[in-house]
Amino acid sequence: MSQSYDRGLIEDFGRWREFSAGMWAWVLHKFTGWVLVGYLFTHIAVLSTATVDGGTYTATLQGLEQVLVVRFLEVGLLAVAVFHILNGIRLLFVDLGVGLGSQDVAFYVALVLTAAITVASIPTFLGGF
Amino acid sequence: MSTQIPQETETETETDVEQESSQARRVSAERTRAGMDQRAEDELSDADETVELKVFRYDPEVEGKKEPRFDSFEVPFTKGMTVLDALIFARDHFDSSLTFRHSCRQAICGSDALFVNGSQRLGCKTQMADLEWPVRVEPLPHAEVVKDLVVDMEHFYDQMESVEPYFQTEELPSGELDEQRQDRANREEIKMSTRCIWCGACMSSCNVAAGDNEYLGPAAINKAYRFAMDDREGEDMTEHRLNIIEQEHGVWRCQTQFSCTEVCPKDIPLTEHIQELKREAVKSNLKFW
Repeated sequence: MSQSYDRGLIEDFGRWREFSAGMWAWVLHKFTGWVLVGYLFTHIAVLSTATVDGGTYTATLQGLEQVLVVRFLEVGLLAVAVFHILNGIRLLFVDLGVGLGSQDVAFYVALVLTAAITVASIPTFLGGF
Repeated sequence: MSTQIPQETETETETDVEQESSQARRVSAERTRAGMDQRAEDELSDADETVELKVFRYDPEVEGKKEPRFDSFEVPFTKGMTVLDALIFARDHFDSSLTFRHSCRQAICGSDALFVNGSQRLGCKTQMADLEWPVRVEPLPHAEVVKDLVVDMEHFYDQMESVEPYFQTEELPSGELDEQRQDRANREEIKMSTRCIWCGACMSSCNVAAGDNEYLGPAAINKAYRFAMDDREGEDMTEHRLNIIEQEHGVWRCQTQFSCTEVCPKDIPLTEHIQELKREAVKSNLKFW
């Protein structure tokens, strides 16, 4: 008739299956935001090689481009950035109070566009390796 | 529907019992209890369809219920049956200690906000037919459980109270018998916000409110919206209200997850109202015009 149960489960991320569109948008926006902040540090590190001289900068970039993992990471970075931009536009409308009734649709559109752009970018990033 | 069922026979036995000893009364109570089980069985076998309810049970004051658990109840399904109907059936036929709040049964009193199949809903407004079976019923998350499905609403009421949820103005009409009229457009603007029934579903669904106890929460902010947007209160009062809601734990804590709007049983566009108050707060602070 009965089974033991830990109510602690209700409070945590274990209920992710029950999240709605708005919640997912928030989770992904935070996640992509932190990834972009992390990327910023590597971005500055790579760019700062240009302060030595042009040759060092070029060598660094060419060296990085030869690593397969970096190519994949670039695809991931594009996906993250595109989603953050598109959802940012969605949030802009939410803040302006425009079309709040279709915020969930806007989220799905952002996801689909992100997927499409990411897939389309794969030949550019992974080609000519 | 099911609340009336044990009533008739019980009054009969009770009048018989009155002259008898307490022992006979106990025997009679057992007989009623057996009758209750019999009736439940009869109704179950008569039903075309039965539905399983998994109900959260917990009572810190009862030895066998200190450990939270789920109890299953097999309830005959009838057309138009709500979650509340099913709970009432289970209470009246299987376990009279099953505890939950309910009153009007027509989504106005706001007593029976429950966590049904992983979402905050009003028990009396949720059709069993629309849910996935078996139906899981739990008390509202992010609130302390008092017993079974009953949660402590004190904190929620405190937050509601803190936004001064009543009409107040210093601009009274001159004549003694003059009414404080509101124009139609203004009434339309606040229409949805007046529909709050204080059920606490939104507050329970809000991730931010769960992590920040001082956060006013969607219901309180909606209440503030209802009066801040009311033209009749006058500019001074509106400013006073904006001061309350733009505090550190006021509107700015909202991260537009839309959880509250999603679960509100009265379809109040809560997020929209919070966002509008954010804009009002900014406007009143900038004053470029």
